[in-house]
Amino acid sequence: MTPIRRRTFLKGTLAASAAGLAAAAGLLKPGLARAAEWSKNAFEAKKVDEALTNLFGSAQTTPSAGVKIKAPLQAENGAVVPIQVTTDLPNVTTIAVLVEKNNQPLIAAVSLTGAAPFFSARMKMAQTSDVHVVVKSAGKLYSAKQNIKVTVGGCGG
Amino acid sequence: MKRILMLAAAFGLAGAMAPAVLADPTSDLRQFRGFFQKKFPTVKFDEYASGLYALPGNEGYREQWKAYNEFSPYELGMANGKKQWDTPFQNGKTFAGCFQNGGKNIAQHYPYWDEAGQKVRTAEMDLTDCLKKNGETRSFTTADLDKDDDVNRKARVELAELTAYFYSLSKGKRISIDMSKPGAVKAYEDGKKYWWQRRGQLNFACANCHMDLAGKNMGGNQPLSAALGHTTAWPAQRLEWGRLETIHWRYKTCNSQVRAKPLKHGSETYNNLQLYETYLSSGLPLTAPDMRN
Amino acid sequence: MARQTRIRTRMQDGATEILVLVNHPMETGQRVNPQTKEKIPAHFIQKMTFMLNGKEVAVVDMGVAVSKDPLVGIRVKGAKAGAKVRITWSDNKGESGEAETTVS
Repeated sequence: MTPIRRRTFLKGTLAASAAGLAAAAGLLKPGLARAAEWSKNAFEAKKVDEALTNLFGSAQTTPSAGVKIKAPLQAENGAVVPIQVTTDLPNVTTIAVLVEKNNQPLIAAVSLTGAAPFFSARMKMAQTSDVHVVVKSAGKLYSAKQNIKVTVGGCGG
Repeated sequence: MKRILMLAAAFGLAGAMAPAVLADPTSDLRQFRGFFQKKFPTVKFDEYASGLYALPGNEGYREQWKAYNEFSPYELGMANGKKQWDTPFQNGKTFAGCFQNGGKNIAQHYPYWDEAGQKVRTAEMDLTDCLKKNGETRSFTTADLDKDDDVNRKARVELAELTAYFYSLSKGKRISIDMSKPGAVKAYEDGKKYWWQRRGQLNFACANCHMDLAGKNMGGNQPLSAALGHTTAWPAQRLEWGRLETIHWRYKTCNSQVRAKPLKHGSETYNNLQLYETYLSSGLPLTAPDMRN
Repeated sequence: MARQTRIRTRMQDGATEILVLVNHPMETGQRVNPQTKEKIPAHFIQKMTFMLNGKEVAVVDMGVAVSKDPLVGIRVKGAKAGAKVRITWSDNKGESGEAETTVS
């Protein structure tokens, strides 16, 4: 196996991974391309746009009021921030949650293959930051964002 | 500051530094409840069992607290506690056998004055004693509960999880501490003295933060709970810790927060403080274990 | 020893919500052990798969920033009482867990 050469050959496309290759060959539906393996590149990306590109092949999203975020304005504790995402957009195949100021912004990416367009989790936030939610609906990317304040521990302990 | 001195006088303490005049716990309780009723006129008595989440100005945190409790992380610790409680000892006996009523609906009377032993006893002490009486050891019967390295922490958390489960068997029962013996009142007075005494570099008494400043947010993200209802959730899981912990651990870390020297986990003074604090929450329902900040 | 994986369902907004709570440290790999002064290696759940009556309905990929003892939720529409719900998860160290329940 010569992974380095293969990557160079496929530079500039989504297909740096085996799943990507399969997708390119039309063996997998695009929405499922990522479900086959955990996307290291997306999760280790240091910037929101980089994470989105690695995840979806593009960082271009259309802000939409149809993507709803339920999260506190001020987190009680940055280690456990609750977030809920719902959307009324049609044919939702993926939901992604990103915290802009985190070292690695991508928190989670949900691949929906029958479940309703909803996701909830508790996440870590390093500091006050915008939280971005990107939804793939009928093949297009839509987004919403909300700022969440995080104050680092008062008197310690 | 003047208000605290006035309060201290009302509680029968001259200047909070002089030796305590033996005041009557019943009238202390009345004054204590009156203080909070006046301070937070919109908060109903029972709501104080929710800790700082009941206080005005904490609505955002209250929402988050309610959300956590829908499927709380401490369920994991509770499952460990339940397993400890349910597992029979080598001699076939169980924890339930050490307690009245099989351990159910009795935690509302803890901590209590043990006339025979002439000291205050906590649930942690009775649970540990139960093991010893049955020839059993656990990580926490030999660990140094004051230390926070991985091994000792794990042992203390195991004790907290067992104690939390024990308290959960009395969830909803209203706190009722027996003060009929002179020894109980004396221990209460000792706890009261500790409560009102200023300490540490920050020179705070428990009373300063949890009475006058209750409901306020110190230095950014340290919302202060009211003393009324203080003990109802313990052992508790603080967001800060991500695990269940004992109330004595909270006393220690709180001492550190005002830069005062923490006392020993399980020390007589902490036991007496716990008795004092718990008595002042008489009538409130137990919610332990619960999430706290 | 298997990590606790707890699963619960409830009705919310006309759909069945499936909630999973896993006892997992979700170590980021950045934390320093105060005793050893060494970085604690990253240890986190990477994938969680939800199945309804044996059919996959969602896959959640996650990174180190999901909270310790993660709670994750999805919703499904039209699930009837008695429907089987199963979740499996796997982490970066090869550990895995699972839980099952039926919709009430």
